[in-house]
Amino acid sequence: MWIYEKRLQFPINIKKTDPQLAKAILTQYGGPNGELAASLRYLSQRYTMPTSQAKAVLTDIGTEELAHLEMVATIIYQLTQDATGEDYMKSFAEALYSKWDKGIHPDDSGTIAFSATYINTMGRDYIADLYEDLAAEEKARATYEYLLDITKDPDVIAPLSFLRQREIVHFQRFGELLDKLQLEKNMKTVHPVNFPEEKAYF
Amino acid sequence: MDNVLNKQELLRQIQELGFVALELNLYLDTHPDDEAALNDFRYITNNLNQLKQLYCQTFGPLTNFGNSMLSKNTWTWASEEDKWPWENK
Repeated sequence: MWIYEKRLQFPINIKKTDPQLAKAILTQYGGPNGELAASLRYLSQRYTMPTSQAKAVLTDIGTEELAHLEMVATIIYQLTQDATGEDYMKSFAEALYSKWDKGIHPDDSGTIAFSATYINTMGRDYIADLYEDLAAEEKARATYEYLLDITKDPDVIAPLSFLRQREIVHFQRFGELLDKLQLEKNMKTVHPVNFPEEKAYF
Repeated sequence: MDNVLNKQELLRQIQELGFVALELNLYLDTHPDDEAALNDFRYITNNLNQLKQLYCQTFGPLTNFGNSMLSKNTWTWASEEDKWPWENK
């Protein structure tokens, strides 16, 4: 069960119109390292996690990602709400306008539509899942940094910086979880060839 | 106008305490035996719930499906006056 709260996780109030920046940020809505992929990844992987603690971490972080999805959509909405078709033309974002007007479509900055191929659910090899999760947080952090490089508007920089920082905290929590699970499994190294221990595959 | 300002201010406080509660929640997921964090979480959630109650009493429900008390006799959840989070105009 989920509950919706009629508020953003972090305040966003963007005054300037900028379809070009909106198009760039759209990758974090429906792109490979975006918030939709993050949320679906964790909320799908949680079912086959080995411990209640692991299920808690994936449920809670997967839920926070939905709040981030709403934040990214809000940034795009506010950057484009007053834009004209001509504004989209001038800023090389007309392919978004011609397809969706100002609709917020989960795709990779106007190219590939959102795809579940961005995520894996490896079942009993939860170690593989957690390595994917750590990598996903790092890739999302990097993407926010590249977006910050091309952003001058302080009203956009603030929420993007917040989202970037959350990736670092999530990476930390996933790392702690992975360490704990590996200790519990008496794994001497972090290399995944030690898992699973019951059966030799090679 | 006064009410609009207060609403945003109260919402901002809920965002702040809500963030602290979320951070402590994630931390406690991987540090369940940290007593200081448990105490902080108890303190913060108590304050957060008081603020949310105040918000609901003054401005209407913050959450759907019966998770906020209905303190007025109108359905503000779907009213034009009660803006959605992405709307800043």
